[in-house]
Amino acid sequence: MKVTVRYFASLREAIGKDAEEIELPSGISTVARLRSHLSSRGGAYGEVLAERKLVRSAVNQDMVKPTAAVKAGDEVAFFPPVTGG
Amino acid sequence: MKISVQREPFDLGSEMRVFSDPRIGAVALFVGQVREVAMTLEHYPAMTEKAIRGIVEEARGRWQVMDCTVIHRFGELQPADPIVLVAVASAHRGDAFAACEFIMDYLKTQAPFWKKEAGKGWVEAKASDDAAAEKWNDLVLNKKRS
Repeated sequence: MKVTVRYFASLREAIGKDAEEIELPSGISTVARLRSHLSSRGGAYGEVLAERKLVRSAVNQDMVKPTAAVKAGDEVAFFPPVTGG
Repeated sequence: MKISVQREPFDLGSEMRVFSDPRIGAVALFVGQVREVAMTLEHYPAMTEKAIRGIVEEARGRWQVMDCTVIHRFGELQPADPIVLVAVASAHRGDAFAACEFIMDYLKTQAPFWKKEAGKGWVEAKASDDAAAEKWNDLVLNKKRS
């Protein structure tokens, strides 16, 4: 099953792309697990998605907790804490 | 109700003209502007308006809000450029002030915008912004308790 992953701000710059479509390995059903799956790629992914880093996420354009479910066709976004206003 | 995420500047005079309902007795209006350093504001287009709409709906549930305008800019901005406008119209000032501050506090922690300062890099989120948004939850809890 496929999901679209989007990156913003410092994560987008470090990873070098703003979006990608990835095939979800079985057993990856939450945002937190998707994050650690991506982080295990190492390099920039390992750096910016490391557990010690403050990363926020959204599923289908709603801000969610790491325990939120991820399913086929979802758009999952990872980004640093927001700084608008 | 108007929500706009835009590159262009906004004009306070024309934004005020929509609040012509004779039952409106107060308009609280906040403008945030770029302080000291030029910056670029990035956002998450598909999510931004939805997030702001959610914040405004929450405010409408808490206070008597007759009309509301939120404009947030993105792109390249210079010092003293206005970034954000929150205008809340109500019958009385108490609701207008409170809802305006609430919307601003939540924009700071919930709306997907990121500032990058020229020559300095990405702006770090402030713990004080989280605390400002949190205080509204405490208020509700305190009300429920009393």
